[in-house]
Amino acid sequence: MQVSNGTALALDNITVTFSARGAGTTTYTAVGSTTLKIGAGEFVSVVGPTGCGKSTLLNIAAGLLEPSAGQVNVLGVPLAGLNRDAGYMFQADALLPWLSAQDNVELGLKYRGVAAEERRQRAEQWLLRVGLAGHGDRYPHQLSGGMKKRVALAQMLILDPKILLMDEPFSALDIQTRQLMENELLDLWSADRKSVVFITHDIEEAIALSDRVVVLSAGPATHPIGEFVIDLPRPRDVNEIRLTPHFVELHTQIWHAMKDEVLKGYAQSQRGEADSAQSQRA
Amino acid sequence: MAAKRKRETRLTRGRLALYHALLLGAVFIGWHLMTNPLLVSEEFARNSAFFFGKPLVVLEKTWDWFASGKIYEHLLVTLIETLLAFGIGTAAGLGVGLWLALSPLASALADPYIKAMNAMPRVILAPIFAVWFGLGILSKVALGITLVFFIVFFNVYQGVREVSPVVLNNARMLGAGPGQLLRTVYVPSAMSWVFSSLHTAVGMAFVGAVVGEYLGSSRGVGYLILQAEGAFDINSVFAGILVLTAFALALDMLVSAIEKRLLVWRPAQGETELL
Repeated sequence: MQVSNGTALALDNITVTFSARGAGTTTYTAVGSTTLKIGAGEFVSVVGPTGCGKSTLLNIAAGLLEPSAGQVNVLGVPLAGLNRDAGYMFQADALLPWLSAQDNVELGLKYRGVAAEERRQRAEQWLLRVGLAGHGDRYPHQLSGGMKKRVALAQMLILDPKILLMDEPFSALDIQTRQLMENELLDLWSADRKSVVFITHDIEEAIALSDRVVVLSAGPATHPIGEFVIDLPRPRDVNEIRLTPHFVELHTQIWHAMKDEVLKGYAQSQRGEADSAQSQRA
Repeated sequence: MAAKRKRETRLTRGRLALYHALLLGAVFIGWHLMTNPLLVSEEFARNSAFFFGKPLVVLEKTWDWFASGKIYEHLLVTLIETLLAFGIGTAAGLGVGLWLALSPLASALADPYIKAMNAMPRVILAPIFAVWFGLGILSKVALGITLVFFIVFFNVYQGVREVSPVVLNNARMLGAGPGQLLRTVYVPSAMSWVFSSLHTAVGMAFVGAVVGEYLGSSRGVGYLILQAEGAFDINSVFAGILVLTAFALALDMLVSAIEKRLLVWRPAQGETELL
């Protein structure tokens, strides 16, 4: 659709192998030969069974983790160190608990040496845009889960990154708050169409938000096993779009692609538990 | 349930202070009765007064010290020693703690020595410090520092190690350099650990000062106590202990007040907002 005048992010043949600390196998390959391209302005969701290595893939893209093999290209340039063109939204609470909401949003600008007055103004604008005007002086523990996510969103977006990396950002929220946040994310995104990699285990969320959904296999050595272009019209309302026939059809297709992997992943986690129980007994 | 309990404690805060005062009063009255021939035999009272002193005489002695101004010179010396030991020991513990926590090589290298020095009964260093630094305040400050340093050091070290990796990664993704990470993530995160250690450290700084004075000095509250002991003046000994306790408590309250100001971001248990 609105793809793409160029590739924003390219993961090329990425393999990630961890050295296992425990007994038994010496290494664990989380990601195996994965190639993934994200076009400029494209919203791509990556879905996969629990524990398959989705977050590992995102950490590679962020430069927080170095791949064992393969290369990451950001806007055509090979990535070395941290990905300075990307903003990262974490699954867990990542706000600095000792800073107020306002200071949290200002933080990235402060790191870049922006003057205090400009920082304050821009942070206030962003708090307004995420619907938290007047809550700037609160500390994270005084905010609800949804409000914390809004602050995290503003904290990331104030730096105007070209690429957004989002790791199940709304998975801890209740379903109503979550849908609100999804709509809000789409609103903010449609304003300037950044490239987004959105990790989730929720197929509905993936379809409702994305231009493209990539399905990953169960671990170990997870890799893409399917790709679905989501040609639903934009702007979308995530609540309403779930009821359209085409959405249901896409959901069925993706679920079929994923089903076996989910079962495989479940079986593996069961076996893993049995193994660890056995080694404990031994 | 929880809300109800909270309200109850709120209501009884004034009453709690009253109970505290009553408890203290009861101890003093019990002490008084044991050392005066009102309920107990004269011999028993004489004996217990010899071992424990008489509360009224202790209070009178304390009052005399302050009224005559005799105590100020000694108190000032002890407080200066304590504050210097506390300040320098805390700063050194903070600095070395941050350094070792952030430098795996230095930490691995220093680890066995730090453990050995912490395990060492450091009070025994007091005579050595007296030889090195003389009988003035320096030897007492040095002893206090060795006591304070390790408490703060271990807490900073632990605090830095416990920094949430997610928060750390977030700050890095937002563009923090190493110095900025230290200032905005490591230090604030270690602070709650540091403050819990400071309460212990205040007491230890006093121990360093008083033990140092006790072993060799010409001024300080520890010196006063030593002199009184030499003359079997048990009342003055208790008066000295009373004065030291009061000032240690005051210093501890000061630490609490600063802690409360600096750690406003920390969630209190079951905190609700008053509308």
